[in-house]
Amino acid sequence: MSFLTVIDFSSLLQYLITGLTLGSIYGMTALGFTIILNSTGVINFAQGEFVMLGGMMSVYFMTALGLTEPVAVVLAVLGTTVIGALVERLAIRPVRQSPAINLVIITIGVSILIRGLVMFFWGKDTHVLQSFSGDTPIMFLGAAIMPQALWVLGVSAFLLVGFKFFFSKTLHGKAMLACSFDVKAASLVGIGVERMVLLSFMISAFVGAVGGVILAPITMTSYDVGVLLGLKGFAACILGGLGNPFGAAAGGIVLGILESLGAGFISSAYKDALAFVILLILLFAKPSGLFGQKDSKRV
Amino acid sequence: MNRGKSLFLVIVLLFFCATAWAETIKIGAVVSVTGAASFLGEPQKNTLLQLQDLTNAKGGMDGRQVELIIYDDESDVNKCVMAARKLLDQDQVAVVIGPSISGNTLAITRFFSSAQVPLISCAAAEKIVFPVNPWIFNTPQLDRHAALKILQDAKVKGYTKLAILTVSDGYGQAGRAVLKELAKAQGFDLVADEVYSPKDTDMTSQLTKIKGVSPEAIICWGTNPGPAVVARNRMQLGLTIPLYMSHGVASDKFIELAGEAAEGLVLPAGRLTAVDQVPDDHPQKTVITDYVANYSQKFNAPISSFGGYAHDAFLLVHEAVTKGGSANPEDIRDNLEKISALPGTSGIYSYSPDNHNGLDEDAFIMVIIENGTWKVVP
Repeated sequence: MSFLTVIDFSSLLQYLITGLTLGSIYGMTALGFTIILNSTGVINFAQGEFVMLGGMMSVYFMTALGLTEPVAVVLAVLGTTVIGALVERLAIRPVRQSPAINLVIITIGVSILIRGLVMFFWGKDTHVLQSFSGDTPIMFLGAAIMPQALWVLGVSAFLLVGFKFFFSKTLHGKAMLACSFDVKAASLVGIGVERMVLLSFMISAFVGAVGGVILAPITMTSYDVGVLLGLKGFAACILGGLGNPFGAAAGGIVLGILESLGAGFISSAYKDALAFVILLILLFAKPSGLFGQKDSKRV
Repeated sequence: MNRGKSLFLVIVLLFFCATAWAETIKIGAVVSVTGAASFLGEPQKNTLLQLQDLTNAKGGMDGRQVELIIYDDESDVNKCVMAARKLLDQDQVAVVIGPSISGNTLAITRFFSSAQVPLISCAAAEKIVFPVNPWIFNTPQLDRHAALKILQDAKVKGYTKLAILTVSDGYGQAGRAVLKELAKAQGFDLVADEVYSPKDTDMTSQLTKIKGVSPEAIICWGTNPGPAVVARNRMQLGLTIPLYMSHGVASDKFIELAGEAAEGLVLPAGRLTAVDQVPDDHPQKTVITDYVANYSQKFNAPISSFGGYAHDAFLLVHEAVTKGGSANPEDIRDNLEKISALPGTSGIYSYSPDNHNGLDEDAFIMVIIENGTWKVVP
């Protein structure tokens, strides 16, 4: 079994497609981190739980309430958005004046709470959602592409363009950005900071849930899928440069492809380690991430 | 004076009651009812509690009532050690059933040799029973038995080039070691040896790599949900290479998770998985049908072979106490070793001083998944 026989074009393409699909989901989780970070300066470690809630709520609505999949999926995304709002209202707003590090720790607590509640009420089993448009792979130059992977790629691209537009062109988006630069200045020019923070939690819960829902048919879902996705999403965030939505998405895709190529060409046993080692090396070389801007303060 | 007499009588009566109370047989159990291994421990706890009630209703073991003391180790090795100490020091039990997982079992074995109390583990690692510790037994089929059964099937079908895909946890790596050893000994050509992590959600990379070396069959070794992902990815990639699974996924949950992708997969399973296909004259038939009937009636939950491991442990204790007529820890240990050809849910047990597992590869049957259900391969 020589190394060269393993590398052929269709395998390489397959690894890239796999990496791209996985990477899009990491990217979407990273996007959620970025949105909250941009408006509050807090890294929300419950982001992975939003992803999990999207998948688990869809399963719940389908099995317990007997709804059809499209209805269940929409309800799950809306439900998670409401939970995002509740998290901000109940856990973040009462202690809004605390330093950012305290808020970060609160989000860790929230993530453990959500995970525990889901485990308690909906059980510890793994569940599966049906693919949105069948399971027949599309063959492309010898590599198989799942219809669901196209859904993942399409929805991620759509969300990304949507957010680019939101943050650079709309009043609400610009107001949220303003909050991230300086809360006091933002409120002085008449921006309702609290409302913006609430909005950012809802948006990032929404993004997380959408990711969870479109991912569930590929990877299945259970109460604890959020832990690893949150971690990978955070890594993608750092890789792309904290605070840059495009960087977050790109970071996710780079991480996904690194993992997939690592498993394919080097060793499947060390694929996670490999991805993180490359991440570390990158950060040594460029501490602000691939697309991050250097922090500079005007005196 | 009369009053003094009656008082004396009451005291005597109380004394007898107390001794009668002490006459119950105390059986300890430590299983993982919660935590990561709760899918093992929960059916085990249910099974044991039900067996306690059934046994006591029928007059107990050797005419004595059974008192079961169950602790939950929360799948945590430290809690397991504490529970084991408590069972031995404080509760002074005659025998202990459990733990559910191999790591926890290995962590507590040394207490049992020093306390001289037998432990019947519900975990499958070979290290538990090889080399033999006089005080430690286990009930599940060993990985070795499952691997032998798979390789037998591969040999019959004439495969020579095999690929293995194992999960990177204890279960998968123990299986990997056994598969590599046995495949080599039986003259198979192992062309790929891939690994995935327990939480991985996509194994297309590994399967693409395996496809590149064109084996005649793939053996996947893991517990849910990983193998379901492997099965789905195999179908998604359009691979037609036959895929064997391990006994770790021999439950209906796997068929539910893998869906259509489970069709045609072959794996070793205990007879408990295909109760209605066990022939009526098979020695295990009665014990399996009884267990399934009792369990599903009371708990309204699907049967799992993991609960069966605890069932068999209890059964073995029952047999040792009844046959030996004693519930002393030393006697139970000695009598366990004398048990021969006792049908349980997982297989037919024959313990001896140098075999504390008591099963062989015939404890497994090969099953194929057809139309969403298990079918025994003749």
